[in-house]
Amino acid sequence: MTTNVAASFQYHAPSSVEEACRLLAKYKGGAKLLAGGHSLLPLVKLRLATPEALIDLSRIKGLSYVKAGRKGLAIGAMTTYYDIESSDVVKKAAPVLADAAAQVADTQVRNAGTLGGSLAHSDPAGDLPAVVLALGAELEVHTARGSRTISVDNFFRDLLTTALRPNEVLTEIRIPPLPARTGTAYVKLANKASHYAVVGVAAVVTLDKAGVCAAARVAVTGAGPHAVRAKRTERILIGKKLSALVIRRAAERAGAEIGDGFNSDIHASAEYRAAMTIVFAERALTEAVGRV
Amino acid sequence: MTTAFIGKSVRRTEDPRLITGKGTYVDDVKLLGMLHMALVRSPHAHARIKKINVSRASKAPGVVAIFTGADLQGQLGSLPVGWVLKQADTHTKYDMKAPPHPPLAFEKVRYVGDAVAAVVANDPYLAADAAALVDVDYELLGVVTDGEKATKRDAPQLHTEAPDNTCFEWDVHGGDYEGAAKKAQVVVKQKFINQRLIPNAMETRGVVADYNTGTNQITIWTSTQIPHLVRLLFAAVTGHPEQSVRVIAPEVGGAFGSKLYLYAEEIITGMIAKNLARPVKWVEGRQENYLATTHGRDHITYGEICGDKDGTITGLKVTTYANLGAYLSTFAPGIPTVLFGLMLSGVYKYPNVSCKVYGTFTNTTPVDAYRGAGRPEATYLVERMVDAFARELARDPVAVRRKNFLPPFKNGRAVATGVLYDSGNYRAPVDKALEMFDYKAFRKEQREARGSGKLLGVGFSTYIEICGMAPSAVAASLGAGAGLWESSTVRVHPTGKVTVFTGTSPHGQGHETTLAQVAGEHLGIPMESIEVMHGDTDRQQFGTGTFGSRSITVGGTALVMSLKKVKDKMRKIAAHQMGVPAKNVIFEDGKFYVEDIREKSMDFGTVVGEAYNAKNLPPGMEPGLEATSFFDPKNFTWPFGCHIAIVEIDEDTGQTRLKRYVAVDDIGNVINPMIVDGMVHGGIAQGVGQALQEGAVYGENGQLVTGSMLDYAVPTAEDVPSYETARTVTPSPVNPLGVKGAGEAGTIAASPAVMNAAIDALAHLGIRHLDMPLRSETVWRAINGAKAAKKAARSATATAARSGRKARR
Repeated sequence: MTTNVAASFQYHAPSSVEEACRLLAKYKGGAKLLAGGHSLLPLVKLRLATPEALIDLSRIKGLSYVKAGRKGLAIGAMTTYYDIESSDVVKKAAPVLADAAAQVADTQVRNAGTLGGSLAHSDPAGDLPAVVLALGAELEVHTARGSRTISVDNFFRDLLTTALRPNEVLTEIRIPPLPARTGTAYVKLANKASHYAVVGVAAVVTLDKAGVCAAARVAVTGAGPHAVRAKRTERILIGKKLSALVIRRAAERAGAEIGDGFNSDIHASAEYRAAMTIVFAERALTEAVGRV
Repeated sequence: MTTAFIGKSVRRTEDPRLITGKGTYVDDVKLLGMLHMALVRSPHAHARIKKINVSRASKAPGVVAIFTGADLQGQLGSLPVGWVLKQADTHTKYDMKAPPHPPLAFEKVRYVGDAVAAVVANDPYLAADAAALVDVDYELLGVVTDGEKATKRDAPQLHTEAPDNTCFEWDVHGGDYEGAAKKAQVVVKQKFINQRLIPNAMETRGVVADYNTGTNQITIWTSTQIPHLVRLLFAAVTGHPEQSVRVIAPEVGGAFGSKLYLYAEEIITGMIAKNLARPVKWVEGRQENYLATTHGRDHITYGEICGDKDGTITGLKVTTYANLGAYLSTFAPGIPTVLFGLMLSGVYKYPNVSCKVYGTFTNTTPVDAYRGAGRPEATYLVERMVDAFARELARDPVAVRRKNFLPPFKNGRAVATGVLYDSGNYRAPVDKALEMFDYKAFRKEQREARGSGKLLGVGFSTYIEICGMAPSAVAASLGAGAGLWESSTVRVHPTGKVTVFTGTSPHGQGHETTLAQVAGEHLGIPMESIEVMHGDTDRQQFGTGTFGSRSITVGGTALVMSLKKVKDKMRKIAAHQMGVPAKNVIFEDGKFYVEDIREKSMDFGTVVGEAYNAKNLPPGMEPGLEATSFFDPKNFTWPFGCHIAIVEIDEDTGQTRLKRYVAVDDIGNVINPMIVDGMVHGGIAQGVGQALQEGAVYGENGQLVTGSMLDYAVPTAEDVPSYETARTVTPSPVNPLGVKGAGEAGTIAASPAVMNAAIDALAHLGIRHLDMPLRSETVWRAINGAKAAKKAARSATATAARSGRKARR
């Protein structure tokens, strides 16, 4: 209860994704993947999580990279926040991802925590789930037998729960190229203690030549059990010139998908989170439009 | 006066070893055959222990022994209280209730974290695994965590010895507050919550104990501020002879007051090592630290301030419920009484002060000193209420302060609470601070910012505090159970090198540097020739320890006394050998000269050599060169100053950001400005932390909701601006160094400065008070509430106007 000592567990450091998948299958759900560990290890040390085995992905070569191509960005799941925030390729192709990575916790965490780890953990207050939702990413996952691709829209399912099956390893995050005249932003109200998002909003907005909103993806984290797209907000934006008034009206619907599912804790009541979802949606949209 | 070392920003000599990882902390102590202890702690805030079953745990791998509270009941005794409030003292209504405090609980547990059993195993992991297998059958009891609610008739009772959970009732009456309030033109009332804080030293606590069966010696390494008192109290509680107990405080990684006590784990580890005749180590985890190491503050106060429309304050009244936690920690009763109630005069001349304090037991971690200890609570009240009074009169808060300041004095001034300040000049730091901060320009900026979504506010705190714990006789009359003097030994070695043994016990303050500066100054030798030793009861003479910003005022003076004794002896030797009277020998630049005959001299090393070879000493003089001194000052010291905080509030989110911070402190003379700046900076960060983000939160069931740094917001560099610091110098007359103490001033001053600034930013909306910490939601709600109230008032006025017009028709 009060120890900082983990219960005993097996530790594996496989050298390939296939080996990691085999180990996952062997433990039949009793193993956890270690992909930086800044969310998992505190739970293990407090014995709030007591996995039978930890499978450390850090020794697998070729899971940490950023590649830019015609189809957009491909980022290895084990790429650290620091590598993302400092990557010129990311800054150019998906600046919001670099911005958001730079807002995660502190330098030590950013040197160890990974993009894949953050997405697979699906912390309700994690920053990057909202960002990859807004960017419309695709996620590649492997099992011992093969691989499949999951749209990020279908990935986050519930509190700490994703579409990943117990025997699957997330290997790559693919971000489609941003169209011309696209602005992006991620803003958050940070928890003073943990620096997690009390509420965080990511916005990716594309305008046509006439300044009319051609596409918009907006996602909210921190507010509910998992990051969600604010589809009603998006619908209000698309097809309109984005005046301050339109942005305001759209932002007011940013919590619609969360409904009565707003989180409430000692740091922020559900009512406050709902109000801040609107404030930060407005700020994210204003900033994104300003960057088009 | 030109000095060699005093007043210079000499780099800290302890730092190279600490920042290169060469320090030895408790967890670095590794002894042959050492066992590791884990404590089984209560998960319940209040429960009767029905049964403890250790059979599963004893069979776990690596387990050597398990002890329950019942097993060790006869050996561990009860944790003592070192500050006892007695009816005989004029402030105390009846002898305070001090219920037993068993180091290992055996009948009842009274807070989450109360230890019930100790598991000893071959390694720390196996000990933790086995501790999780100890089955304790609890019968749950009612829980109270609120210090005021605890006194209500239907509240759950913690101790049969303390009816209504009340430990003591304590008061101060200076002048006649009720009479003053009756005559006053203005009375302002406000309830204040000074929230509970968790000290968060970088190093958690830890203990290693070793027992030598041959010599009956128990050696205890412990992360403490008071090794000598730990030894004394350990001997008193366990009956193990004091001369056979050695306590060592190795490097101590911070404390902020939280390591100023005899803790249960020191006794448990020591006695288990004795029982098993093997070394035992216990190191506290961070979450464990949040539960098992003392907390600070936690006052609920009803305040009143009264005065006249011209801005003259005539009186102050407070009624405070001080939450002491589940048991009395070593100095707990002294903090919300002597260090709080007697500080309520502030820097002001109002003649009427009335203060009543109820010390209460609740199902929470024990509360004791935390950086500032009582003075932050008092200063917060005084400075917030003076501001509220000025606001009520629509007068400038600086002008009201100036109008009510005590005039300057150099040697003693009694105030309404009955204490005697040493020296003060309260306008000086205000003047200096306002040279650094353009107040008029800020007011303009503030008005212009309104409507932009950012609200600006400025807050002042013209604080005073009390340092230099001692004088012993005064402290004893107020309840102190031990003398509060300090000691030093100066040993000049035959080669002319010097070891200073101090009774103080640093835990981050840089004593090794500061005390060496003092010694180097007096002896005229380089600092590299001086080593300062501390924290080992077998090496140093008895001493008191480091707390209450006392080390330089009391410990530094004890050192100066020993240095003078050494110099006097050296002067006599030099005079004897140069054939002149001692009064004609002067010591300068490391040499003993005959007055007016500069070419006749003996250098420092030569005189030292003469003291040791003893061939030609004055008749009757003992050989050697060493002196020990014990210093008990005649008064406390009273640092003061003026801090200014400028905050910016985001109107849409309620986020409050500290934009700028000006601190002018008067701590008397300064030995090392860099070290003082460091203490001021850190102190301010902790005061800002309390104002804006820190706060321990208990659930209704007594669980600590802020159980880790994920939920408890310790301030970091990004939460504070670059500070602008300066000093005025009003030397203290109570010690030869003229110093006042600097360790806590920043914390004491900062919380009210920041809160006054926040209220200043919000006052135009009609907001008069908010409690700490200023979580963004708190501010957001206040802004929304104030705006809604204004809107309602406007529409009510409009409705009234309309109906008025109708009526006229």
